[in-house]
Amino acid sequence: MKMHKPIRKRVRTWIAILIVLAIYIWAFAGAPIMEIKETAINSMKGMFTGLIHPDWGYVYDPDGEDLLRSLLETLAIAILGTFISAILCIPFALLAALNVSKSRSTAATFKVVLSAIRVFPELILALIFIKAVGLGPFAGILALGIHSIGMLGKLIAESIENLDLSASEAITASGANKMQTLWFAVVPEVLPAFMSYTLYRFEISVRAAAILGIVGAGGIGAPLIFALNGHTWDRVGIILIGIVVMVTTIDLISSSIRRRIV
Amino acid sequence: MIEARKRRRMARAKRMVTIVFMIGLIWFSILQTGVSIQTLLAGLPNMKTLVKEMFPPDWSYFISITEPMLATVRMAVLGTTFGALFAFPVALFASSNVAKFPLIYQISRFIMNLIRTIPELLLAALFVPIFGIGEVSGILAITVFSFGIIAKLLYEAIEAIDPGPLEAMTAVGANKMQWIFYGILPQVSAHFMSYALYSFEINVRAAAVLGYVGAGGIGLILNNALSFYQYDRVLTIVLYTFFVVLLIDLASNYVRRKLI
Repeated sequence: MKMHKPIRKRVRTWIAILIVLAIYIWAFAGAPIMEIKETAINSMKGMFTGLIHPDWGYVYDPDGEDLLRSLLETLAIAILGTFISAILCIPFALLAALNVSKSRSTAATFKVVLSAIRVFPELILALIFIKAVGLGPFAGILALGIHSIGMLGKLIAESIENLDLSASEAITASGANKMQTLWFAVVPEVLPAFMSYTLYRFEISVRAAAILGIVGAGGIGAPLIFALNGHTWDRVGIILIGIVVMVTTIDLISSSIRRRIV
Repeated sequence: MIEARKRRRMARAKRMVTIVFMIGLIWFSILQTGVSIQTLLAGLPNMKTLVKEMFPPDWSYFISITEPMLATVRMAVLGTTFGALFAFPVALFASSNVAKFPLIYQISRFIMNLIRTIPELLLAALFVPIFGIGEVSGILAITVFSFGIIAKLLYEAIEAIDPGPLEAMTAVGANKMQWIFYGILPQVSAHFMSYALYSFEINVRAAAVLGYVGAGGIGLILNNALSFYQYDRVLTIVLYTFFVVLLIDLASNYVRRKLI
C-alpha cells in the first residue's frame, strides 16, 4: 500500500506554494521594464575606464581634500560611533535580557525598543543630528552611535539570556547587591561575546560610515557622490578602490581578533 | 609557581596594552573628527524643535504612501530572488568539496568577498547613473548585495554537508549534474531558503532608504518630504516602514523556524 502524507499537511504545503506563487505574480506584474539608454553605455564605459585608470593624484594631496584624509575620517566616525553604542547598549541589553530584567513585560518592552532603534535608518538619524551639530562627521558619529544600539543591544541581550546564572545566584546568596552581582557574575561571562559583537558591529559601521557622506555627515561618501554627479569617473574609480581596500583590511584585522577572543 | 605568576603578569601587560591602544584610537578619532560636547549641547534645542515638528505624524499620509511602500517590498522581493539565483551556482564553485580545484574556489571566494565590501546604498549610487532613476537601479543593487550574503552563507553550508551520499553517488557513476541535484541540493535547500529569507529581511530595510540616492521605492518620497521640511510626513514614513519591516520579520522568522 502506498503511504499518503496526512491530508492536512498536504493542504498546508499547497497553501504555502500558492502564497509564494501569488507574491511572485504580484512582484513580477509590477516589475519595472529595464531599458538601457544611450547615456547608460557611456556611464558604464566611464566607470570601467575609471576603475582601470584611477585618479592616483587624489590619493594624497598635501593641501586639499584627499582620499587618505577622507578614509581616515570615515574610520574615525566608525570607531567613535561603535564606541558610543557599545557603552549605551549596556543598560538596554540588561533590561531586555529576560533573566536579568525584573519582569517579563520590561524585557519585552525593551526588545521592541531595540528593534525600533534598528529600523530607524542611519541616514535619517544623521539628518536629524545635522540639525543639531551641523554638517560634518560629528553628526555621522551620533547617528551611528544611536543606530548601532539596536543591533548590539539585541545580540548582547541574547547572549546574557544564554548565560548560566548559577554563579550570580551564588553571589546573591552570599549577600551581594544587584550591582555587585552584575559586576562579578554577569560581566566576566559576557565580556568575550560583548567584545566580539562590538568588533562585528564595527565592521558594519565602517561600511555605513562610507555612505553617510551622502547626506553630509562626513566621511568618504560626499566626495564619492560629487564625483558620481560630476561624471569624473577616474575619481569614482580611486574612491571605490579606496573603500574596498579599507573595508577588506578592517574585516581581516577584526575577524582575526574575533577568532582569538571566542 | 613562578611560571604561573609570569603568565599572569603577561596577561595583565597584554590587557594594559590593549586598553592603551583603544584609548589611543578613540583619542585619534576625536581629534580627526572634531567632536565636541559643547556643540552637541548647544545644538540640542534645534534638534528638539525638529523632533517636535515630527509629532503628531501625518496620519492621512498613510494611504498615499502605500503604493511606494509596496514598490519597496517588490524591489526587495525581486532583488532577493535574482540574488539568490545567482548565488547558488557561485556558492557551488566556492565550496572546496564541490569545485575540487583550489584555484576555482579561491577565485570565487575572492569575488564574493569583494562584492560584500560594497554597501548597498553605494551600489545603488553606482547603478543610478547607468540605469537611471527608478526601481531598476534599486533592484540591481539589492540583487548584487544579496548575492554576496547568500553566496557566502550557502557555500559555508555546502562545505559542511554529509559527504556520505556524495561518495555513494560517485560510486554508482552519477554525472556532475545528477550529483549536484540529488546529492547536494536536498541537503542544503532548507538552508538556502532560510538564507534567502534572512537576506530578504535585510533587503526590505535597505530598500526603504535606497530611494535616497534615486533608486526607487519609499526612499524617494522620504527624500522629498525631507527636502520640503515636512517632518510629520517623515515620521509617518518611518512608522510605516517600521510596521512593514516588523510584519515581514515576523512572517520570515516563522517560516525560517519551520524550515530548519
